[in-house]
Amino acid sequence: MPHTQHEFANRTANSCRRFHWIPSVQHSPCRPRINVETYEGQYSANKASEVQKRTFGSAATQIQRNPAYSELTSDDVSYFKSILGDNGVIQDEDRITVANVDWMGKYRGASQLLLLPKSSVEVSKILSYCNTRRLAVVPQGGNTGLVGGSVPVYDEVIVSLAGMNKIISFDNVNGILTCEAGCVLENLSTFVENEGCIMPLDLGAKGSCHIGGNISTNAGGLRFIRYGSLHGNVLGLEAVLADGTILDMLTTLRKDNTGYDLKHLFIGSEGSLGVVTKISVLTPAKLPSTNVAFLSCNDYTSCQKLLLAARRNLGEILSAFEFMDNNCIDLAMRHLEGVQNPLPASQTKFYVLIETTGSDESYDKTKLEAFLLRSMEDGLVTDGVIAQDISQASNFWRIREGISEASVKVGAVHKYDLSIPVEKLYDIVEEMRSRLGGKAEVLGYGHLGDGNLHLNILSSKYDNNILAQIEPFVYEWTSAQRGSISAEHGLGLMKAEKIHFSKSPEAVQLMGSIKKLLDPNLILNPYKVLPQSVL
Amino acid sequence: MKILVAVKRVVDYAVKVRVKPDRTGVETANVKMSMNPFCEIAVEEALRLREAGAAAEVVAATIGPAQSADTLRTALAMGADRAVHVLHDPDPARPLLPLVVAKILRAVALQEKPGLVILGKQAIDDDCNQTGQMLAGLLQWPQGTFASKVLLDKEKQKATVEREVDGGIETICLKLPAVITTDLRLNQPRYATLPNIMKAKSKVIKKVTPEDLNVDIRSDMEVTEVNEQPKRKAGVILSSVDELLDKLKNEARVL
Repeated sequence: MPHTQHEFANRTANSCRRFHWIPSVQHSPCRPRINVETYEGQYSANKASEVQKRTFGSAATQIQRNPAYSELTSDDVSYFKSILGDNGVIQDEDRITVANVDWMGKYRGASQLLLLPKSSVEVSKILSYCNTRRLAVVPQGGNTGLVGGSVPVYDEVIVSLAGMNKIISFDNVNGILTCEAGCVLENLSTFVENEGCIMPLDLGAKGSCHIGGNISTNAGGLRFIRYGSLHGNVLGLEAVLADGTILDMLTTLRKDNTGYDLKHLFIGSEGSLGVVTKISVLTPAKLPSTNVAFLSCNDYTSCQKLLLAARRNLGEILSAFEFMDNNCIDLAMRHLEGVQNPLPASQTKFYVLIETTGSDESYDKTKLEAFLLRSMEDGLVTDGVIAQDISQASNFWRIREGISEASVKVGAVHKYDLSIPVEKLYDIVEEMRSRLGGKAEVLGYGHLGDGNLHLNILSSKYDNNILAQIEPFVYEWTSAQRGSISAEHGLGLMKAEKIHFSKSPEAVQLMGSIKKLLDPNLILNPYKVLPQSVL
Repeated sequence: MKILVAVKRVVDYAVKVRVKPDRTGVETANVKMSMNPFCEIAVEEALRLREAGAAAEVVAATIGPAQSADTLRTALAMGADRAVHVLHDPDPARPLLPLVVAKILRAVALQEKPGLVILGKQAIDDDCNQTGQMLAGLLQWPQGTFASKVLLDKEKQKATVEREVDGGIETICLKLPAVITTDLRLNQPRYATLPNIMKAKSKVIKKVTPEDLNVDIRSDMEVTEVNEQPKRKAGVILSSVDELLDKLKNEARVL
């Protein structure tokens, strides 16, 4: 079998968030922000049964800590130390504080314990014990999720996969990578690129996110338009169930129609059905020629027509089609270091980033240039630039990928990730602008090629009045268009009670049954994903 | 006045360079090639001088194989008016060295008669930092190297150049015609916009050979072997000062 066996000790991602770009720009690690004015309500780790009041997330949510869960005792800690060793059990305040807060600084838990298993067997022992003791658990990867799914709500034990970051093997004939769930996506990208392949997904959080987390959230990302969903690219995985059973479905076969394909349950269930510990993923071949163009369009209709034209004329070489409005560009210019506006003279409302990837540099470039010149003549594009080298291409991507980061710097971000029919995609942005007036800045950007809008509403701090204007209007509007209230971010805590906007009651009921079947004590990532009513 | 800008096609600055398995040179097949970053800065400076009215025409020149025409097209897409392509197929064992490049550029300059020749201070593949200086010497023209600012006085036919030197910034005044080499802080090169890319398609690229220019490109130097640097060993995290002392004493033997 043409396998190259590696026991790779990957660089573990620093527990602080870092985003890497070419050329490397190191961002200072984010310390959890202590927003005293926005955080109301007393809590202490020992009195975790008290009501946690949050001034963000859904205005109506005041989830109580489920009294059925046990509280952590020193015996529990000793037991964990006996199976994981002292290094695998973290009670250090600083590290736990970091692990308790999500990337946006919006959700804060009160966990007192962070566990770092180094193998599936250790994960199994942890879960089996927690299941018996009825201790709630939060599986945590890179903690870059955007819906509060990766941090505790109360005092759940955090099981971090950061210690399981080995690359197990790489089959470079078929391009199949097998690795542990705690590998950082960027490290995997670097590794497979050395072997002439690329990861099928790419996102702004690549410097910190774990592949296990990506799979658990069925992450989409920038390459979705070309390589499709993780449901198609993940060939197998190993997961540990709530009772400690290690479910080994780690196959590297492209085709295997034997029985129900259980791995799909774990892809996108956000850690609520099991903890993903190993994965095998198909890695497409790295094609040598990449071209990136940054274009300005007058209106949203032009962006749509451009997408249609790109699909037809660029066809097989199209690898990304992202759009953003001028508010996003302004924000990026204000808050990101080292970026240059590619189209400073343009005063248009919309910008599109198109990337092509192919095997022949001059052929692709000719094709792209011809397509863009024709689009200019047809009036779809008012101006544009084509990157002449990798630095320029990175600069274009930096702007698009940095919008999220720049948003966080303004203060409070209300993020909505919606799948909407392409014709109506931008309507919600204009609606939100008129609803909010000048109280908050509204940004619209996203994967236009996938019909996925990222709606960011920024204000200086989290404010219930602004939230009331946004929710549930955004969800109702999306539901009316038969769209998805979470295209790729998942439900997490933020949208745990919102699933009915996009799924039928029968479907949600069945999901509840599956959850209760696989996790009868409901210890895995509680309070999230599914509404309490079906559990 | 005409400005001649020399540009070079090199492995893209962001690419991780690898040595070929047969150790005859660096891997360039299937690797992204782009204009040398300092040459981009040179083109940009020439364009700014033309836009300021100090020059009438910007001519880009390069020496290389057929694919080097892409680099010229980038220069034209940025805004250069014309280009000259000196065709030469590279031989990894006998690469074109700065002296030969300078001789060729001298021949081109004598044909084109520019008032100013701008080059990048060095190419990122060989890092020689010699071509501009040698060219000035061969032409017997004054030179302003490592330029971080260029001011042209058209009437007085003088160029005031601020140079980045070890001690700080040195300001010199050159009588034209002169040779200037660009340093990083001189300017931020512009992007190639679609309208300019369209215009570039109709711009002329003149093709010549070194023989046409009467330059002997025979090299006296031959590259026998190219090797990668020895891999840097990983550091070790120590847990105590005692361990550090022990390692310094017994392993590194520096105490």
